[in-house]
This record gives sequence, C-alpha cells and structure tokens, in this order.
Amino acid sequence: MNLILFTFIVLLGFTSYYFGRKKAYTIQSTKKRLTALPQFYGYYLAIWCAIPAFIIFSLWAIFEPTIVKLLILSDYSNQGYLDDELNLLYEKSKALSRGQFTGEITPFIEASAEKYLSLRSIAQSSKVVIVLSAIIASVAYAYKRISSNSRTREPVEKFLKAVLFTASLAAILTTVGIVFSLIFQTIDFFKVIPLFDFVFGTHWYPAKAFVRDSSEALDPTMYSDTFGAVPIFAGTFFIAFIAMCVAIPIGLMSGIYLAEYASTKVRQYAKPLIEILAGIPTVVYGFFAALTVGPFLKELGTSMGLEVSAESALAAGGVMGIMIIPFISSLSDDVITSVPQSLRDGSYAMGATKSETIKRVIFPAALPGIVGSILLGVSRAIGETMIVVMASGLAANLTLNPLESTSTITAQIVVILIGDQAFGDPKTQAAFALGMSLFLVTLCLNIVALRVVKKYREKYE
Amino acid sequence: MIKIKAKDVDVFYGKKQALFNISLDIEENQVTALIGPSGCGKSTFLRCLNRMNDVIDICSVKGEILINDFNINDKSCDVVRLREKIGMVFQKPNPFPKTLYENVSYGPTIHGMAQSKQEMDEIVETSLKKAALWEEVKDRLHEPGTGLSGGQQQRLCIARAISVTPEVILMDEPCSALDPIATAQIEELIDELKKEHTIIIVTHSMAQAARVSQNTGFFHLGRLIEHGSTDKIFKNPDNKKTQDYITGRFG
Repeated sequence: MNLILFTFIVLLGFTSYYFGRKKAYTIQSTKKRLTALPQFYGYYLAIWCAIPAFIIFSLWAIFEPTIVKLLILSDYSNQGYLDDELNLLYEKSKALSRGQFTGEITPFIEASAEKYLSLRSIAQSSKVVIVLSAIIASVAYAYKRISSNSRTREPVEKFLKAVLFTASLAAILTTVGIVFSLIFQTIDFFKVIPLFDFVFGTHWYPAKAFVRDSSEALDPTMYSDTFGAVPIFAGTFFIAFIAMCVAIPIGLMSGIYLAEYASTKVRQYAKPLIEILAGIPTVVYGFFAALTVGPFLKELGTSMGLEVSAESALAAGGVMGIMIIPFISSLSDDVITSVPQSLRDGSYAMGATKSETIKRVIFPAALPGIVGSILLGVSRAIGETMIVVMASGLAANLTLNPLESTSTITAQIVVILIGDQAFGDPKTQAAFALGMSLFLVTLCLNIVALRVVKKYREKYE
Repeated sequence: MIKIKAKDVDVFYGKKQALFNISLDIEENQVTALIGPSGCGKSTFLRCLNRMNDVIDICSVKGEILINDFNINDKSCDVVRLREKIGMVFQKPNPFPKTLYENVSYGPTIHGMAQSKQEMDEIVETSLKKAALWEEVKDRLHEPGTGLSGGQQQRLCIARAISVTPEVILMDEPCSALDPIATAQIEELIDELKKEHTIIIVTHSMAQAARVSQNTGFFHLGRLIEHGSTDKIFKNPDNKKTQDYITGRFG
C-alpha cells in the first residue's frame, strides 16, 4: 500500500514538473521574459509536491503507532491494569492481527486485535487522502502563483542545498551514534573490569567468561586475568607491522615504477592488474593464507629445522601485506604522477639522472600523498579481520616470534560475538571496549597523519 | 668565437616534423635571442641544445649540434656532463619544494662539486650573489624556495642554473610569468651574466629581444627564417616575414 502510494507521489512529482515547465513555456510564448530557465519552474512545482508529502509521511510514521496504541488501550483504562500488562496486551493483539500469535486467545485480545486492524485501515486510508489532497493543494497553489516574474531559481537552489546538507548530516549523525553506542557499553564494561587490568593485563582469555551462569550474580573477581588486552594489542600491531613490511616497499616501488619508468602501454595494463588485488574479497586472502601460505611456511621452516606453527603471524601478516599493496602502489602512483612536470624538467636540466630526480625531487614533493597512502594501508591492516581469523589462530599469545600464532583485536571481537551472547554480560561488552579502543587507535593515527601532512605542506607550499 | 654550431637540425614529434633544417651559430659570451610566433619551434630548438627533448618519448632529433666542436647528438655524449655545461631556466619558475639552500646546492651536490660544507656554502653564496638574490634571502636560506615571490623564484632558478658554472645558459621565456619590475631585474641580470656565460633566450617580447640580445634568430613554422645581429634584424631585416613580424603585422 505504502509502495503504491509512494510510486503515485513520485508520478505526481514528475507530472507537476511537466506542468510547471509547460506553464513556463506558455508564459515564454507570450514574449515575456522569464526570470529563470523553464525547467526551474518544473523543479519548483516538483518541490511543492515533495515537501508536503515528506512532512505528512514523517508525521504519520512518528505518531501513528502511538495514537493507535492510545486508542486501543483507552478501552482498558481505569480497570486496574499495570503499565507492563497493558503493553503486553497491546503486543499480543498486534501479533494476533498479523496472524503470528501462538498463545491462548482471549476475547479481550481478539477484540483489540480487530480494533487494531480497523484503526490501521482507517489510518492508512486517511493518510492516502490527506497526503494526496495536501499535494494537490500545494501544487495547485504553487501553479497559480507561477508568473513571468516569480522567483523559482532561488527556492530550487536552496532546496538542493538543504538536500545535500541533510545527506552529510546523516553521515555525521551515524558516526556520532556509533561512537555513543560504543561509549556506553564500554563504560559498562569498565564498571566490572578495572581499566588498569584491561590496559596493562597480559592475559587475554575470554573463554573463561563463557562459563558464567547468567543467573548468578556478577562477581568481578572471577574476571581478573581474563580481559588483559596487552597480548591482542601487541598482536594487532605486530601483524600490521609484518603486513606493512611487505606492503610498503613493494607498493611504493611498484608505484614509482608505474609512475616514472613504465611506458604508457605497460602502465595501461599493469595498473588495472595490480588493482585487481584490491578487489579480491578478504575471505579469499584468508584461506589463501590458511591453506597455502601457512602450510608452506611450516614445511619450509621444518626443512630448515625451525619450529613454525601452521597458523603463524607471518602467514597472516604476509598475506595481509599483499592485500594492501594495491592501495599503496595505486595511490602513490597517482600522487607521483601529479607532481608537476616542471619539477622533473628542472632536475633533468641540472644534469640529474632519473633515479636522482626521483629520490631528491619527486619523492619529497609527493611525500604527503605517500604518507597518506601508507596510513590508509596501516588502518586497513589494523582493521583487517578475516585473514587473521583464518590464518593466525584465535589464541591470544603474547609473543614477538612471527612463527607463532597470535591474535588481533578484530579477530577477538569475532571470537567474542560468535554464538550466543547476552547484553549486559562483560564478555559481550568486552567486544565494545575493544571496538572503542580500535576506534581510538585509528583516530589517533589519522590525527597524527593529518598533522604530519599539514606540517609538511606548510613547509613546502 | 662560435660556441654552438647547429647543422641541419630536424626535430620530429612522432611523425610530425617540428623543425626543418635549422643551421645556426651561437656566439660565445653574447646573448642570442630566438623570436617568432607561438608554436614556431624556438623552444623546441632550445631544448635540443641540452638534449631535454630526450625526456619526451616521441621526440627525435636529427642533425649535428656542435658545442666546443663536439657533437652532442653523438652516442658517446654523456647527457649528465652536457647538462652540467648547459644550464636551463624555464618559462615558469620551478624551484624544487626544498629550502633555498637546497635548491642552489642541488646541482653541485649531484655533480660532486663541493668537498666540504664550507665549499658548498661558498658556492651557494656566490651563485645567489651572481643571481642578484643574495641580499634579499641571506637570512632565510633555510626556508622553502616556494615561499618567494615570482621574480625572486625565477632568480633562484637562475642561481640554481649557474651554481654548476655552466658555459651556456638556455632561457625559455624566463620573464613571461613576471611583472615589469621583476622582468627588468632579470634583464639586468642577463646583461651581467653574459660576461661569463653564453646565453640563449627565447622570448615573445620583441622589446626584450632588442634590449638584451646581441644576436637574433627569427623562427617561423619550424624554419629559421633569418638570423644575424640584433641591430640588423630589427632595423634592416632581409626577409619580408621578419620585417612583418617585428613591426607587428603578424604573430
């Protein structure tokens, strides 16, 4: 029903656009000069169609359920029900009206269900009537007002600005919302687990928290030595470090090759080929690491007399590095290419060779962009989950041996949230705390990066 | 004294020929101006003299260019050494995004000309003095070169070019991005520099060519129409086209 109505309103919008433009053409044909191009008149009418529809729709969405509920429950007022009971009754009748109710059906519930249905259909039809009449009224009003000297350009431009503003506002509000949901859960978590234990504890063993019977009272002492985040932070940075050791040199060098040395033809084919790497889903990288690279490293290690775990930080980090190569190579290729040719000419004219020019002039000039691409790579590495889950194990060992298995923040969030979980349980909240710390780490990285780049820019621009 | 002798130089961009049979002698320690309408090939010719056309993939140069009687188009020519001897200043000031000091010390560093920090300091100071920039920047040698004004930037580029004591300096419309005062400063500088260097300048300004040069070559559609002493070219040209261009009838 709503979909049909919506389609109808969209059609109405197009129609009013058409009529607005048509009227503008008619005015134009009487040799009067318009204040705006004819399509602005069309857009103007379409806006007069869209705004009332939008307002009424949102009002309905906000108030309809509340009013329906009030009306149904008014039958039961003054009969001594508690609020909770009333709510339950309302939910039951709602479920019954949808045919999803499985419990015992009492006459009360049946009656309210019928009432609910009839109220809903009244609401629906009145909505249709009100929306359509409002649209027609407003469009008709605007249509009458259009004349050769009515201003249509400004309202249309303002409307566009408002739409764009709303879009960016939505993005910002979502971010803020996510951060807040993280903050509150994190605060709850730290009410049970001392911050000190989380930040400096060296033992991460959330499985211990799995055994708690949720009917028991919370006993903070049983969580001591459970949520020490040092091993997984260390693991995160360690694996990211290994990944960057692979990605930065290879990515940068291939970026420089593509930008400075490769002929146009080579570049034309090589660049998309490298970028294909970025399109491979991380799950595929994950099993590549777990099933190919991991066992290979283990065999290689064994043949050299080294103890290599089948799930090693090296395998996960190495494959992660390969995944990040295209980000660094493609972005640094772009920034190097955008260094002005005049700088290259200046350097060549001084008798510098190609490699000297790259090292002394182009690389420093492109550095802000290169740093940016590297930091993008680092935040990818820190946030990467699938490869670690599949290739580096889930046990949070505190180790700096790349041949052993270790775990990361993201992988631990997966571990914690797989299977049953209860809100209000420290185990679940730990995931939020980890998410929050991950967010803080990447935020700091970004701030540092921006600072570095800005300082550099100030110096050289 | 003839410093540079170009013989039958042809330049192609891909299949398109840009220069036809250019033969031109350049006098030592004089200023030679190359004039002509846009796209006539004067900049292309200039870029042949330090083999800057090598940078452009599709560009090929034929013919002989003798500098000190050595053909620079020969395979045995070392481009690094050549460009050490032939400096270049570009149309748009292009200081590197480095400090003033690093800009000037760039050439001496890559050619290994200074054995110590002290020597390098001296090279930087003399180059900046010769480029008439020292007094304005001596207190901020370690600030970025891109922070200077346009005219100062161009003089910095000249200082960078002369830091390796080249025998020839090529200037590709060095004043086209500058205001009249900065232009006057550069022109004064060119006059000073010709005592030690041979200078070839491409310019769109007839007045500038008349002011700074002793010899002038007029290019049109990829051909060298006429060349000779500036006095003669401006007062009594042999060719009708030259006359028309100089008097502003076309171009």
